[in-house]
Amino acid sequence: MAENGKAAGPLPVVPYLKLPEGGQPYLEGHKCGACGTIFIGARATCSKCGARDKMSATKLADKGNLYTFSIVYRSFPGIDVPYVSAIVDLENGGTVKGNLINIEPDPAKIKFGMPVEVVYQDALGRKDKDGNSYISYFFQPQGA
Amino acid sequence: MSDVYILGTDMIRFGRFPDRTVPQIGAESALLALDDAGLTIQDMQALYCGNLFQANAMVGQRILQEIGQTGVAVVNTSNACATGATAFREAWMAIKAGVYDLVLAVGVEQMGKGLIGGTGAGKGIPKEGLLGSGTMPAVFAEAGMEHASKYGTTFEQFAKISVKNHHHSTLNPKAMYQKETPLEDVMNAEMIAYPNTKLMCSVNVDGSAAAVLASEKKAKELGLGRAVRVRASMLTSDPWQERDLVMPDVNSCTRNAAKAAYEMAGVGPKDVNLVELHDCFATAEMLHYENLGLCGDGEAGMMIDEGHTALGGKIPVNVSGGLLSKGHPLGATGIANIYEVSTHLRGEAGKRQVEGAKIGLTHVIGLGSACAIHVLEKAN
Repeated sequence: MAENGKAAGPLPVVPYLKLPEGGQPYLEGHKCGACGTIFIGARATCSKCGARDKMSATKLADKGNLYTFSIVYRSFPGIDVPYVSAIVDLENGGTVKGNLINIEPDPAKIKFGMPVEVVYQDALGRKDKDGNSYISYFFQPQGA
Repeated sequence: MSDVYILGTDMIRFGRFPDRTVPQIGAESALLALDDAGLTIQDMQALYCGNLFQANAMVGQRILQEIGQTGVAVVNTSNACATGATAFREAWMAIKAGVYDLVLAVGVEQMGKGLIGGTGAGKGIPKEGLLGSGTMPAVFAEAGMEHASKYGTTFEQFAKISVKNHHHSTLNPKAMYQKETPLEDVMNAEMIAYPNTKLMCSVNVDGSAAAVLASEKKAKELGLGRAVRVRASMLTSDPWQERDLVMPDVNSCTRNAAKAAYEMAGVGPKDVNLVELHDCFATAEMLHYENLGLCGDGEAGMMIDEGHTALGGKIPVNVSGGLLSKGHPLGATGIANIYEVSTHLRGEAGKRQVEGAKIGLTHVIGLGSACAIHVLEKAN
Protein backbone atom coordinates (compact mmCIF):
# COMPACT_ATOMS: atom_id res chain seq x y z
CA MET A 1 0.00 0.00 0.00
CA ALA A 2 1.36 3.42 -0.93
CA GLU A 3 1.94 6.04 1.70
CA ASN A 4 -1.24 7.97 0.96
CA GLY A 5 -3.26 4.80 1.71
CA LYS A 6 -4.12 4.13 -1.94
CA ALA A 7 -3.70 0.46 -2.81
CA ALA A 8 -2.61 -0.75 -6.26
CA GLY A 9 -5.90 -2.56 -6.83
CA PRO A 10 -9.27 -3.17 -5.23
CA LEU A 11 -9.31 -4.38 -1.62
CA PRO A 12 -11.45 -7.11 -0.05
CA VAL A 13 -14.55 -5.75 1.72
CA VAL A 14 -13.95 -7.99 4.76
CA PRO A 15 -10.87 -9.87 5.96
CA TYR A 16 -12.51 -13.25 5.28
CA LEU A 17 -12.83 -12.48 1.57
CA LYS A 18 -9.55 -13.56 -0.03
CA LEU A 19 -8.28 -12.21 -3.35
CA PRO A 20 -5.32 -14.43 -4.29
CA GLU A 21 -3.06 -12.97 -6.95
CA GLY A 22 -3.88 -14.58 -10.26
CA GLY A 23 -6.52 -16.81 -8.66
CA GLN A 24 -10.23 -16.83 -8.01
CA PRO A 25 -11.62 -14.93 -5.00
CA TYR A 26 -13.03 -17.06 -2.21
CA LEU A 27 -14.45 -16.84 1.31
CA GLU A 28 -12.31 -18.17 4.11
CA GLY A 29 -13.54 -19.90 7.24
CA HIS A 30 -11.66 -21.15 10.27
CA LYS A 31 -12.28 -24.70 11.33
CA CYS A 32 -11.87 -26.09 14.83
CA GLY A 33 -9.60 -29.14 14.78
CA ALA A 34 -11.32 -30.53 17.86
CA CYS A 35 -15.04 -30.31 17.05
CA GLY A 36 -15.09 -29.39 13.36
CA THR A 37 -17.12 -26.20 13.74
CA ILE A 38 -16.51 -23.62 11.03
CA PHE A 39 -16.35 -19.94 11.96
CA ILE A 40 -16.30 -16.91 9.71
CA GLY A 41 -13.31 -14.79 10.67
CA ALA A 42 -10.04 -15.75 12.33
CA ARG A 43 -10.01 -16.68 16.02
CA ALA A 44 -7.82 -18.53 18.49
CA THR A 45 -10.44 -20.35 20.60
CA CYS A 46 -13.51 -22.33 19.60
CA SER A 47 -16.65 -20.79 21.14
CA LYS A 48 -18.51 -24.06 20.76
CA CYS A 49 -16.15 -26.53 22.48
CA GLY A 50 -13.56 -24.21 24.02
CA ALA A 51 -10.55 -25.84 22.33
CA ARG A 52 -7.58 -23.47 22.09
CA ASP A 53 -5.18 -23.02 19.18
CA LYS A 54 -6.82 -25.72 17.06
CA MET A 55 -8.11 -23.37 14.38
CA SER A 56 -7.01 -23.68 10.79
CA ALA A 57 -8.01 -21.68 7.73
CA THR A 58 -10.28 -23.42 5.25
CA LYS A 59 -11.64 -22.40 1.88
CA LEU A 60 -15.43 -22.19 1.95
CA ALA A 61 -17.68 -23.46 -0.82
CA ASP A 62 -19.02 -20.99 -3.37
CA LYS A 63 -22.41 -22.68 -3.42
CA GLY A 64 -25.05 -22.96 -0.76
CA ASN A 65 -28.72 -22.67 0.13
CA LEU A 66 -30.81 -19.72 1.26
CA TYR A 67 -31.66 -20.19 4.94
CA THR A 68 -33.64 -17.01 5.62
CA PHE A 69 -33.96 -13.45 4.34
CA SER A 70 -35.63 -10.07 4.60
CA ILE A 71 -36.38 -7.55 1.89
CA VAL A 72 -35.13 -4.22 3.17
CA TYR A 73 -37.07 -1.12 2.10
CA ARG A 74 -35.88 1.36 4.72
CA SER A 75 -32.20 1.79 5.35
CA PHE A 76 -29.82 4.60 6.16
CA PRO A 77 -29.54 7.66 3.89
CA GLY A 78 -27.64 7.01 0.69
CA ILE A 79 -28.22 3.26 0.64
CA ASP A 80 -30.20 2.01 -2.34
CA VAL A 81 -33.37 0.07 -1.49
CA PRO A 82 -34.96 -2.36 -1.82
CA TYR A 83 -32.41 -5.10 -1.41
CA VAL A 84 -32.54 -8.65 -0.18
CA SER A 85 -30.58 -9.33 3.01
CA ALA A 86 -29.90 -13.06 2.88
CA ILE A 87 -28.45 -15.67 5.20
CA VAL A 88 -26.91 -18.56 3.31
CA ASP A 89 -25.68 -21.93 4.55
CA LEU A 90 -22.67 -22.83 2.42
CA GLU A 91 -22.09 -26.38 1.22
CA ASN A 92 -19.58 -28.10 3.52
CA GLY A 93 -20.23 -25.65 6.36
CA GLY A 94 -20.22 -21.98 7.30
CA THR A 95 -23.12 -19.52 7.27
CA VAL A 96 -22.68 -16.11 5.67
CA LYS A 97 -24.84 -13.01 5.37
CA GLY A 98 -24.96 -10.84 2.28
CA ASN A 99 -27.10 -9.32 -0.46
CA LEU A 100 -29.02 -11.69 -2.71
CA ILE A 101 -28.92 -10.21 -6.20
CA ASN A 102 -30.29 -10.96 -9.67
CA ILE A 103 -33.67 -11.89 -8.24
CA GLU A 104 -36.84 -9.85 -7.97
CA PRO A 105 -37.23 -8.50 -4.40
CA ASP A 106 -40.58 -10.24 -4.10
CA PRO A 107 -41.33 -12.67 -1.26
CA ALA A 108 -43.24 -14.88 -3.72
CA LYS A 109 -40.12 -15.29 -5.88
CA ILE A 110 -37.61 -15.96 -3.12
CA LYS A 111 -37.75 -19.55 -1.88
CA PHE A 112 -36.38 -20.89 1.37
CA GLY A 113 -33.66 -23.41 0.68
CA MET A 114 -33.14 -22.25 -2.91
CA PRO A 115 -29.67 -23.02 -4.27
CA VAL A 116 -27.47 -19.93 -4.58
CA GLU A 117 -23.90 -19.25 -5.61
CA VAL A 118 -21.38 -16.76 -4.33
CA VAL A 119 -20.25 -14.15 -6.85
CA TYR A 120 -17.57 -11.50 -6.45
CA GLN A 121 -18.07 -7.98 -7.75
CA ASP A 122 -17.22 -4.36 -7.11
CA ALA A 123 -18.73 -3.17 -3.80
CA LEU A 124 -21.56 -1.12 -5.33
CA GLY A 125 -19.10 1.66 -6.22
CA ARG A 126 -18.35 2.41 -2.56
CA LYS A 127 -14.88 3.83 -1.92
CA ASP A 128 -13.00 4.60 1.29
CA LYS A 129 -11.53 7.99 2.22
CA ASP A 130 -8.32 7.20 0.35
CA GLY A 131 -10.23 6.47 -2.84
CA ASN A 132 -9.74 2.71 -2.73
CA SER A 133 -12.36 0.57 -4.39
CA TYR A 134 -13.43 -2.75 -2.94
CA ILE A 135 -14.46 -6.22 -4.04
CA SER A 136 -17.45 -7.66 -2.20
CA TYR A 137 -19.28 -10.96 -2.31
CA PHE A 138 -22.94 -11.40 -3.26
CA PHE A 139 -25.32 -14.31 -3.63
CA GLN A 140 -27.35 -15.04 -6.74
CA PRO A 141 -29.66 -17.89 -7.70
CA GLN A 142 -27.60 -20.75 -9.15
CA GLY A 143 -27.46 -20.48 -12.91
CA ALA A 144 -28.80 -16.89 -12.93
CA MET B 1 -33.67 -18.81 51.34
CA SER B 2 -36.26 -16.06 51.85
CA ASP B 3 -38.21 -14.39 49.05
CA VAL B 4 -37.90 -10.92 47.61
CA TYR B 5 -40.97 -8.67 47.26
CA ILE B 6 -41.88 -5.66 45.18
CA LEU B 7 -43.42 -3.08 47.52
CA GLY B 8 -43.85 -0.26 45.05
CA THR B 9 -43.60 0.15 41.29
CA ASP B 10 -44.59 2.69 38.68
CA MET B 11 -43.69 4.11 35.28
CA ILE B 12 -44.18 7.44 33.58
CA ARG B 13 -46.33 7.65 30.50
CA PHE B 14 -43.94 6.97 27.65
CA GLY B 15 -43.44 9.82 25.19
CA ARG B 16 -40.84 12.17 23.76
CA PHE B 17 -39.19 14.57 26.16
CA PRO B 18 -36.31 16.22 24.30
CA ASP B 19 -36.19 19.11 26.76
CA ARG B 20 -35.57 16.90 29.78
CA THR B 21 -32.40 15.12 30.88
CA VAL B 22 -32.06 11.38 31.36
CA PRO B 23 -31.69 11.72 35.16
CA GLN B 24 -34.81 13.93 35.30
CA ILE B 25 -36.82 11.34 33.38
CA GLY B 26 -35.50 8.57 35.64
CA ALA B 27 -36.11 10.56 38.83
CA GLU B 28 -39.79 10.92 38.01
CA SER B 29 -40.53 7.18 38.04
CA ALA B 30 -38.21 6.67 41.02
CA LEU B 31 -40.33 9.07 43.07
CA LEU B 32 -43.56 7.48 41.80
CA ALA B 33 -42.36 4.02 42.84
CA LEU B 34 -41.27 5.29 46.27
CA ASP B 35 -44.67 6.94 46.74
CA ASP B 36 -46.37 3.73 45.67
CA ALA B 37 -44.40 1.87 48.36
CA GLY B 38 -45.07 4.56 50.94
CA LEU B 39 -41.32 4.95 51.44
CA THR B 40 -38.69 7.64 50.81
CA ILE B 41 -35.29 7.73 49.18
CA GLN B 42 -33.82 7.85 52.71
CA ASP B 43 -35.19 4.32 53.24
CA MET B 44 -33.30 2.92 50.23
CA GLN B 45 -30.02 1.15 50.92
CA ALA B 46 -28.86 0.97 47.30
CA LEU B 47 -29.86 2.01 43.78
CA TYR B 48 -29.56 -0.16 40.68
CA CYS B 49 -29.98 1.92 37.56
CA GLY B 50 -30.41 0.62 34.01
CA ASN B 51 -29.59 2.88 31.08
CA LEU B 52 -28.02 2.07 27.75
CA PHE B 53 -27.25 5.18 25.74
CA GLN B 54 -25.49 7.01 28.59
CA ALA B 55 -23.89 3.87 30.01
CA ASN B 56 -20.69 5.73 30.80
CA ALA B 57 -22.35 8.73 32.42
CA MET B 58 -23.29 7.65 35.96
CA VAL B 59 -27.03 8.02 35.43
CA GLY B 60 -27.90 6.39 38.78
CA GLN B 61 -25.82 8.86 40.76
CA ARG B 62 -27.32 11.73 38.76
CA ILE B 63 -30.82 10.47 39.63
CA LEU B 64 -29.87 10.67 43.30
CA GLN B 65 -28.62 14.21 42.65
CA GLU B 66 -32.22 14.93 41.56
CA ILE B 67 -34.06 13.20 44.40
CA GLY B 68 -31.74 12.76 47.39
CA GLN B 69 -28.00 12.22 47.69
CA THR B 70 -28.01 9.71 50.50
CA GLY B 71 -24.57 8.34 49.69
CA VAL B 72 -25.73 4.75 49.22
CA ALA B 73 -24.22 2.27 46.77
CA VAL B 74 -25.19 2.90 43.15
CA VAL B 75 -24.68 0.36 40.37
CA ASN B 76 -25.28 1.31 36.74
CA THR B 77 -26.14 -1.53 34.37
CA SER B 78 -26.05 -1.80 30.59
CA ASN B 79 -27.23 -4.98 28.81
CA ALA B 80 -28.87 -3.89 25.54
CA CYS B 81 -32.66 -4.23 25.72
CA ALA B 82 -32.32 -6.34 28.88
CA THR B 83 -30.75 -3.36 30.67
CA GLY B 84 -33.68 -2.50 32.96
CA ALA B 85 -34.41 -6.12 33.82
CA THR B 86 -30.73 -6.62 34.61
CA ALA B 87 -30.81 -3.68 37.05
CA PHE B 88 -33.91 -5.18 38.68
CA ARG B 89 -32.24 -8.57 38.89
CA GLU B 90 -29.08 -7.12 40.45
CA ALA B 91 -31.28 -5.47 43.08
CA TRP B 92 -33.05 -8.81 43.63
CA MET B 93 -29.71 -10.60 44.01
CA ALA B 94 -28.40 -8.10 46.55
CA ILE B 95 -31.47 -8.70 48.72
CA LYS B 96 -31.32 -12.46 48.14
CA ALA B 97 -27.72 -12.36 49.31
CA GLY B 98 -28.83 -10.68 52.52
CA VAL B 99 -26.82 -7.52 51.91
CA TYR B 100 -29.81 -5.13 51.89
CA ASP B 101 -33.45 -5.06 52.98
CA LEU B 102 -34.73 -2.20 50.79
CA VAL B 103 -33.43 -1.33 47.35
CA LEU B 104 -34.55 0.86 44.47
CA ALA B 105 -34.28 -0.21 40.81
CA VAL B 106 -34.79 2.32 38.01
CA GLY B 107 -34.70 1.90 34.23
CA VAL B 108 -34.56 4.96 32.02
CA GLU B 109 -33.90 5.85 28.39
CA GLN B 110 -34.04 8.83 26.09
CA MET B 111 -34.15 7.70 22.48
CA GLY B 112 -33.59 9.36 19.15
CA LYS B 113 -35.91 8.60 16.28
CA GLY B 114 -35.20 6.24 13.44
CA LEU B 115 -33.44 2.99 12.73
CA ILE B 116 -31.29 1.20 15.26
CA GLY B 117 -28.52 -1.17 14.31
CA GLY B 118 -26.61 -1.46 11.08
CA THR B 119 -22.92 -0.89 10.87
CA GLY B 120 -20.94 2.29 10.60
CA ALA B 121 -17.99 2.49 8.26
CA GLY B 122 -15.54 0.94 10.74
CA LYS B 123 -12.55 0.02 8.63
CA GLY B 124 -12.88 0.42 4.90
CA ILE B 125 -16.37 1.12 3.56
CA PRO B 126 -19.88 0.92 5.08
CA LYS B 127 -21.26 -2.62 4.89
CA GLU B 128 -24.97 -1.84 5.37
CA GLY B 129 -26.89 -2.74 2.24
CA LEU B 130 -23.78 -4.40 0.84
CA LEU B 131 -23.45 -7.44 3.09
CA GLY B 132 -27.15 -7.64 3.87
CA SER B 133 -28.60 -5.56 6.69
CA GLY B 134 -27.71 -5.13 10.33
CA THR B 135 -30.70 -2.89 11.07
CA MET B 136 -32.97 -4.20 13.80
CA PRO B 137 -36.13 -4.45 11.66
CA ALA B 138 -34.22 -6.62 9.15
CA VAL B 139 -32.49 -8.76 11.78
CA PHE B 140 -35.82 -9.57 13.43
CA ALA B 141 -37.46 -10.01 10.03
CA GLU B 142 -34.89 -12.69 9.23
CA ALA B 143 -35.62 -14.39 12.55
CA GLY B 144 -39.36 -14.29 11.75
CA MET B 145 -38.76 -15.65 8.25
CA GLU B 146 -36.88 -18.57 9.79
CA HIS B 147 -40.16 -19.36 11.57
CA ALA B 148 -42.05 -18.91 8.29
CA SER B 149 -39.64 -21.32 6.62
CA LYS B 150 -40.19 -23.99 9.27
CA TYR B 151 -43.92 -23.62 9.86
CA GLY B 152 -45.41 -21.61 7.00
CA THR B 153 -46.15 -18.58 9.18
CA THR B 154 -47.66 -15.81 7.06
CA PHE B 155 -47.22 -12.05 6.74
CA GLU B 156 -50.85 -11.72 7.84
CA GLN B 157 -50.26 -13.72 11.01
CA PHE B 158 -47.27 -11.54 11.93
CA ALA B 159 -49.39 -8.45 11.23
CA LYS B 160 -52.18 -9.70 13.53
CA ILE B 161 -49.79 -9.46 16.47
CA SER B 162 -49.45 -5.77 15.86
CA VAL B 163 -53.23 -5.35 15.55
CA LYS B 164 -53.63 -7.05 18.94
CA ASN B 165 -50.99 -5.04 20.77
CA HIS B 166 -52.17 -1.73 19.36
CA HIS B 167 -55.69 -2.66 20.46
CA HIS B 168 -54.45 -3.42 23.97
CA SER B 169 -52.73 -0.05 24.15
CA THR B 170 -56.05 1.75 23.72
CA LEU B 171 -56.80 0.53 27.27
CA ASN B 172 -53.48 1.73 28.72
CA PRO B 173 -53.26 5.44 29.59
CA LYS B 174 -49.46 5.13 29.97
CA ALA B 175 -48.89 3.87 26.42
CA MET B 176 -47.27 6.20 23.88
CA TYR B 177 -49.98 5.42 21.32
CA GLN B 178 -53.58 4.52 22.09
CA LYS B 179 -54.88 3.93 18.63
CA GLU B 180 -56.54 0.98 16.91
CA THR B 181 -54.68 -0.27 13.84
CA PRO B 182 -56.90 -2.57 11.73
CA LEU B 183 -55.19 -5.43 9.90
CA GLU B 184 -55.27 -3.69 6.53
CA ASP B 185 -53.62 -0.60 8.02
CA VAL B 186 -50.85 -2.72 9.52
CA MET B 187 -50.28 -4.68 6.31
CA ASN B 188 -50.43 -1.58 4.09
CA ALA B 189 -48.18 0.58 6.27
CA GLU B 190 -44.75 1.46 4.88
CA MET B 191 -42.72 -1.73 4.48
CA ILE B 192 -39.53 -1.38 6.51
CA ALA B 193 -38.01 -4.86 6.23
CA TYR B 194 -40.31 -7.60 4.96
CA PRO B 195 -42.38 -8.85 6.71
CA ASN B 196 -42.15 -5.99 9.25
CA THR B 197 -44.08 -2.88 8.25
CA LYS B 198 -43.72 0.37 10.15
CA LEU B 199 -46.66 -0.56 12.42
CA MET B 200 -44.91 -3.85 13.22
CA CYS B 201 -41.82 -2.09 14.62
CA SER B 202 -41.57 -0.94 18.24
CA VAL B 203 -41.83 2.76 18.92
CA ASN B 204 -38.72 4.70 19.94
CA VAL B 205 -39.79 6.73 22.96
CA ASP B 206 -38.37 8.24 26.12
CA GLY B 207 -39.45 6.75 29.39
CA SER B 208 -38.65 5.37 32.79
CA ALA B 209 -39.97 2.81 35.23
CA ALA B 210 -38.96 1.92 38.77
CA ALA B 211 -39.51 -0.60 41.52
CA VAL B 212 -38.83 -0.79 45.25
CA LEU B 213 -37.66 -4.27 46.29
CA ALA B 214 -37.69 -5.59 49.83
CA SER B 215 -36.49 -8.60 51.77
CA GLU B 216 -39.16 -10.93 53.13
CA LYS B 217 -38.44 -9.75 56.65
CA LYS B 218 -38.83 -6.09 55.72
CA ALA B 219 -41.89 -6.72 53.52
CA LYS B 220 -43.68 -8.53 56.33
CA GLU B 221 -42.72 -5.79 58.78
CA LEU B 222 -44.17 -3.13 56.46
CA GLY B 223 -47.18 -5.23 55.51
CA LEU B 224 -47.75 -7.40 52.45
CA GLY B 225 -50.94 -5.54 51.45
CA ARG B 226 -50.23 -4.81 47.76
CA ALA B 227 -46.86 -6.57 47.64
CA VAL B 228 -45.81 -8.76 44.73
CA ARG B 229 -43.57 -11.75 45.31
CA VAL B 230 -40.67 -12.39 42.92
CA ARG B 231 -40.82 -16.13 42.37
CA ALA B 232 -38.05 -16.31 39.82
CA SER B 233 -35.37 -14.13 38.28
CA MET B 234 -33.30 -15.55 35.47
CA LEU B 235 -30.69 -14.13 33.13
CA THR B 236 -29.04 -16.00 30.27
CA SER B 237 -26.72 -15.25 27.38
CA ASP B 238 -26.86 -16.86 23.97
CA PRO B 239 -25.42 -20.37 23.89
CA TRP B 240 -23.43 -21.36 20.81
CA GLN B 241 -25.58 -21.90 17.71
CA GLU B 242 -24.33 -22.71 14.25
CA ARG B 243 -25.54 -19.49 12.60
CA ASP B 244 -25.20 -17.04 15.45
CA LEU B 245 -22.24 -15.12 14.03
CA VAL B 246 -24.49 -13.76 11.29
CA MET B 247 -27.91 -14.33 12.80
CA PRO B 248 -28.25 -13.17 16.42
CA ASP B 249 -30.11 -15.90 18.26
CA VAL B 250 -33.03 -14.74 20.41
CA ASN B 251 -34.54 -18.20 20.72
CA SER B 252 -32.08 -20.40 22.62
CA CYS B 253 -31.39 -17.88 25.37
CA THR B 254 -35.13 -17.38 25.86
CA ARG B 255 -35.80 -21.12 25.97
CA ASN B 256 -33.00 -21.65 28.48
CA ALA B 257 -34.12 -18.74 30.64
CA ALA B 258 -37.77 -19.85 30.55
CA LYS B 259 -36.95 -23.41 31.53
CA ALA B 260 -34.79 -22.26 34.44
CA ALA B 261 -37.30 -19.60 35.56
CA TYR B 262 -40.22 -22.04 35.59
CA GLU B 263 -38.09 -24.44 37.57
CA MET B 264 -37.06 -21.77 40.07
CA ALA B 265 -40.67 -20.60 40.46
CA GLY B 266 -42.01 -24.13 40.69
CA VAL B 267 -44.66 -23.36 38.08
CA GLY B 268 -45.23 -24.17 34.41
CA PRO B 269 -46.46 -22.09 31.48
CA LYS B 270 -50.04 -23.25 32.16
CA ASP B 271 -49.96 -21.61 35.60
CA VAL B 272 -49.17 -18.19 34.15
CA ASN B 273 -52.11 -15.78 33.78
CA LEU B 274 -50.42 -13.07 31.72
CA VAL B 275 -47.16 -12.41 29.92
CA GLU B 276 -45.33 -9.22 28.97
CA LEU B 277 -42.77 -10.32 26.39
CA HIS B 278 -40.25 -8.62 24.14
CA ASP B 279 -42.26 -7.63 21.05
CA CYS B 280 -39.59 -5.31 19.66
CA PHE B 281 -41.00 -6.37 16.28
CA ALA B 282 -44.18 -8.28 15.47
CA THR B 283 -42.02 -11.14 14.17
CA ALA B 284 -40.33 -11.43 17.57
CA GLU B 285 -43.53 -11.92 19.55
CA MET B 286 -44.45 -14.89 17.36
CA LEU B 287 -41.18 -16.67 18.22
CA HIS B 288 -41.54 -16.15 21.94
CA TYR B 289 -44.96 -17.86 22.24
CA GLU B 290 -43.06 -21.06 21.54
CA ASN B 291 -39.84 -20.08 23.29
CA LEU B 292 -41.74 -19.40 26.53
CA GLY B 293 -43.73 -22.62 26.22
CA LEU B 294 -47.08 -20.84 25.82
CA CYS B 295 -47.73 -23.30 22.98
CA GLY B 296 -45.93 -26.10 21.21
CA ASP B 297 -43.40 -25.56 18.42
CA GLY B 298 -45.16 -24.56 15.22
CA GLU B 299 -48.35 -23.50 17.01
CA ALA B 300 -47.63 -19.76 17.39
CA GLY B 301 -49.54 -18.82 14.23
CA MET B 302 -52.58 -20.67 15.55
CA MET B 303 -52.23 -18.84 18.90
CA ILE B 304 -52.65 -15.45 17.21
CA ASP B 305 -55.31 -16.67 14.74
CA GLU B 306 -57.43 -18.06 17.58
CA GLY B 307 -57.05 -14.98 19.78
CA HIS B 308 -55.50 -16.98 22.62
CA THR B 309 -52.98 -14.21 23.38
CA ALA B 310 -55.47 -11.32 23.28
CA LEU B 311 -57.02 -9.83 26.42
CA GLY B 312 -59.78 -12.29 27.34
CA GLY B 313 -57.93 -15.17 25.67
CA LYS B 314 -56.40 -18.08 27.49
CA ILE B 315 -52.97 -16.47 27.95
CA PRO B 316 -53.05 -12.71 27.31
CA VAL B 317 -49.73 -11.36 26.00
CA ASN B 318 -48.68 -7.72 26.09
CA VAL B 319 -51.93 -6.29 27.39
CA SER B 320 -49.97 -3.07 28.06
CA GLY B 321 -49.74 -2.54 24.31
CA GLY B 322 -46.25 -3.94 24.28
CA LEU B 323 -43.18 -2.36 22.83
CA LEU B 324 -45.10 -2.03 19.57
CA SER B 325 -47.51 0.58 20.93
CA LYS B 326 -46.72 1.37 24.55
CA GLY B 327 -43.20 2.13 23.31
CA HIS B 328 -39.69 0.83 23.86
CA PRO B 329 -37.32 3.07 25.82
CA LEU B 330 -34.59 0.41 25.88
CA GLY B 331 -33.28 0.72 29.44
CA ALA B 332 -36.75 1.26 30.92
CA THR B 333 -38.56 -1.58 29.18
CA GLY B 334 -37.49 -4.39 31.52
CA ILE B 335 -38.89 -2.62 34.58
CA ALA B 336 -41.93 -1.25 32.74
CA ASN B 337 -43.08 -4.79 32.02
CA ILE B 338 -42.54 -5.71 35.69
CA TYR B 339 -44.74 -2.70 36.55
CA GLU B 340 -47.39 -3.92 34.11
CA VAL B 341 -47.55 -7.46 35.45
CA SER B 342 -47.47 -6.24 39.07
CA THR B 343 -50.38 -3.90 38.35
CA HIS B 344 -52.50 -6.83 37.14
CA LEU B 345 -51.52 -8.99 40.11
CA ARG B 346 -52.64 -6.14 42.35
CA GLY B 347 -55.95 -5.94 40.49
CA GLU B 348 -55.30 -2.30 39.58
CA ALA B 349 -55.05 -2.45 35.78
CA GLY B 350 -58.43 -0.85 35.11
CA LYS B 351 -59.96 -1.54 31.71
CA ARG B 352 -57.18 -3.88 30.63
CA GLN B 353 -57.21 -5.94 33.86
CA VAL B 354 -56.59 -9.65 33.35
CA GLU B 355 -59.26 -10.94 35.72
CA GLY B 356 -58.08 -13.02 38.63
CA ALA B 357 -54.39 -12.79 37.66
CA LYS B 358 -52.26 -14.60 40.27
CA ILE B 359 -49.02 -15.29 38.39
CA GLY B 360 -47.39 -13.32 35.58
CA LEU B 361 -44.21 -13.53 33.55
CA THR B 362 -41.99 -10.80 32.10
CA HIS B 363 -39.44 -11.32 29.35
CA VAL B 364 -36.90 -9.12 27.60
CA ILE B 365 -34.18 -9.80 25.08
CA GLY B 366 -31.11 -7.68 24.60
CA LEU B 367 -29.69 -8.52 21.21
CA GLY B 368 -26.21 -9.85 21.37
CA SER B 369 -27.78 -11.56 23.41
CA ALA B 370 -29.16 -11.32 26.96
CA CYS B 371 -32.48 -12.73 28.08
CA ALA B 372 -34.09 -11.83 31.40
CA ILE B 373 -37.23 -13.49 32.71
CA HIS B 374 -39.09 -12.76 35.93
CA VAL B 375 -41.99 -14.72 37.37
CA LEU B 376 -44.15 -12.65 39.70
CA GLU B 377 -46.95 -13.65 42.04
CA LYS B 378 -49.60 -11.85 44.04
CA ALA B 379 -48.33 -11.91 47.62
CA ASN B 380 -51.64 -12.29 49.42
